[in-house]
Amino acid sequence: MEVTIGVGNLTEIRWHARGGQGAVTAAKLLAETALSQGQYFQAFPEYGPERMGAPILAFTRISNDPIHIRSSITNPDIVVVLDPTLLNTIDVTVGMGDDGVLIINTDEEPAAVRKAMKLKGRKVYTVNATSIARETIGRPIPNTPMMGALVKVTGIMPLKSVTDYVRKSFGKKFAAEIIEGNVKAVERAYAEVKSE
Amino acid sequence: MAKAATKLNAPAKKPKVKAITVAMTGNAGCALAMKQINPDVVAAYPITPQTTIVEEFATYVANGAVDTEYVNVESEHSAMSACIGASAAGARVMTTTSSQGLALMWEELSIASAMRLPIVMHNVNRALSGPINIHCDHSDSMGARDMGWVQMFGETAQEAYDNTIIAIRVAEHEKVLLPVMIMHDGFITSHAIDRFDVLEDDVVKKFVGEYEPKQALLNIDDPKTFGPFAMPAYYFEQRRQLREALDGAKDIVLKVSKEYGKLTGRSYGLFEEYRLDDAHIAIVVMGSTAGTAKYVVDQARAKGIKVGLLKLRLFRPFPAAEIAEALSHLKAVAVMDRADSIGALGGPVYMEVKAALYNSKKRPHVQGYVYGLGGRDTGPDQIETVIDDLKKIARGTEAPREQVTFLGVKG
Repeated sequence: MEVTIGVGNLTEIRWHARGGQGAVTAAKLLAETALSQGQYFQAFPEYGPERMGAPILAFTRISNDPIHIRSSITNPDIVVVLDPTLLNTIDVTVGMGDDGVLIINTDEEPAAVRKAMKLKGRKVYTVNATSIARETIGRPIPNTPMMGALVKVTGIMPLKSVTDYVRKSFGKKFAAEIIEGNVKAVERAYAEVKSE
Repeated sequence: MAKAATKLNAPAKKPKVKAITVAMTGNAGCALAMKQINPDVVAAYPITPQTTIVEEFATYVANGAVDTEYVNVESEHSAMSACIGASAAGARVMTTTSSQGLALMWEELSIASAMRLPIVMHNVNRALSGPINIHCDHSDSMGARDMGWVQMFGETAQEAYDNTIIAIRVAEHEKVLLPVMIMHDGFITSHAIDRFDVLEDDVVKKFVGEYEPKQALLNIDDPKTFGPFAMPAYYFEQRRQLREALDGAKDIVLKVSKEYGKLTGRSYGLFEEYRLDDAHIAIVVMGSTAGTAKYVVDQARAKGIKVGLLKLRLFRPFPAAEIAEALSHLKAVAVMDRADSIGALGGPVYMEVKAALYNSKKRPHVQGYVYGLGGRDTGPDQIETVIDDLKKIARGTEAPREQVTFLGVKG
C-alpha cells in the first residue's frame, strides 16, 4: 500500500496534535531516524502560545539530498493527525494537494472518516494509535505508534530503522519495559494501519 | 588576498579532520561550539529565542564539561558590563542574546568595541518590540550596526556552529581585537532540528588555541589604563583607529575562514555566490531566507530564467568593493532586507548595496524589498514575485521602484 510522495525526493509532513501528545517528539524522532538512514531532514514545531491540550503543529522535511528551503510547510505531502477530536475543530487538509496522504489516529475506518470529513481526493489511512499505546506502553501517548503507521504508508524508511532507533535513543533515558513497549507500539501500528 | 566569495555548487573539499554528523537545533550547535571553545567567562541573561543556548551551556558548566566561570546576571546590561570587565582583565569571553536583550546592552556595545575587547556574542535574531514579538527579523542586530562590532550572519545551523568557532580567531587576531556578533535566525534556525557536521572537541581546542591577551588589566607587571576619558584632542583619532581596525577585519575573516575551510572542507567567504556567474538578474539576501531563495533560483533556472543569488555573510565590515564587483555583470538586482530602516531609503542591506554600486562604471538596476518582519513566513511565492519584478526591470519594461516594496504584508 506504499504511496508515491513528495516533489522530487523531498517529502513534507505536517503533524497535528494537542500539546502533550508528543508530536514535537515524533517530528524529532523521525528526523533523528532519518539521520541514521543517511537522509537529510528538518524538524520544527510552530511556536505560539502552546499549552497542554491546545492544538499544535509540527513539521518534518525529509530528503535524500540537502534541503535548502527554510519557509514553513504550507503544502504538505503527508498530514499526520494524533488526536481525532481535532477533525471537528480545524481543517487538517489546508494546503494539501489532491494526492496528499492523511494518516489519522482514530478507531474509525478510513471510509467513515472520509464521509465525516466530506473529503474529496487524497488518500486516508487510519490506525487506533491511542489504544495501541495504552496496551503496549501503558499510557495513551500516540506519537510512537503513529511513526509505525507513517513508515508503513509512505515507505520513507524501513520499519527496522525506526525500531532500532527507538531502542538506541530511548535506551539512555527509559527502563527496558518502556523501550520494548514503544517498539511494540511502532510494530503494531505498522501492521494495523488501515487503507481505504 | 583570498577570494571574497564561495560558491555552493563548487566541489566540496576533502576535510582533514573527522566530521561527526548530528541532528541538532541551531542553538544546540552554538552551545556545543561554546563548550568546545571552553571560554574563561560567560555572562549571559536568557531571552527567547536565545534561551536554549545559555540553558545548554549552563548544563555543560554544571556537569563540569567546561572550566568556564559562568556569571548569572540580572539583565543584559549587566551581562555586557561583566563581559567587558572580564575581557579587559584578559579573559576569553562569550555571551549570547536576542532582541530587547541586545537593546538593553546598547550603551556597552560601543564601549566593548572602543576598548578593543574581543568578546564573541551570538545574537539570535528576533524582532524588536513593539508590538512585542518573539519571532525572527534582523531589526535587533541592525540597530547595532554602527557600534564597531564585526557582524556575521549565518543561513543554517551548520553556519551558526562554524561561525562561532571562526569568530573567536577573528576577534582575537592582533590586527582586529574587536568584538564579534554572530547572527542566526530565531526559531527558523535556532529551534529547527537540522543535519550538520561538527568537529571533535580537540580539533576545536587546537583551532582556537590558548588566548594570550596582548594587553590585560590584570597584568600587574605592565600596568595600563583601560577605558580612559578622551576629550576633543584625542577622541577623533581613537575613532579613526576603530574604523581602520574594523575595515581590516575583512581580510582576517577571509584568512581565518580559509584556514577553517582547509581543516573542515567547509569554505566561507565574505559572501556566497549561487548560480551568479552567468546570471542576468540576482537576489541579495542574508540569513535563512537565502536557503529558500536557492530553492526558488533552482526552480527558475529549470524554466530557463537566468537568475542567481548573492548571500551576504559579513555585514560589518561591509564588503562594498567586492559586492560591487560580484554584481557588476547583472542587469537588475533585488536586495531583500529582514529589517526596515524606518524613514530611510529602504532596508539597511539595500542602502549599502546601492551605495556600493554608485561609483561603479558597470552597475545593475537595484530594487529594495523588506520581508519577513516579526517572523512573517517568507515562502517561495514571495521570492517568485521578486524574480518577476526583476525580469521586467531587466527587459526595460518597468523602471525600478523608488519606494521599498513590502513582501507578504497584508492590506
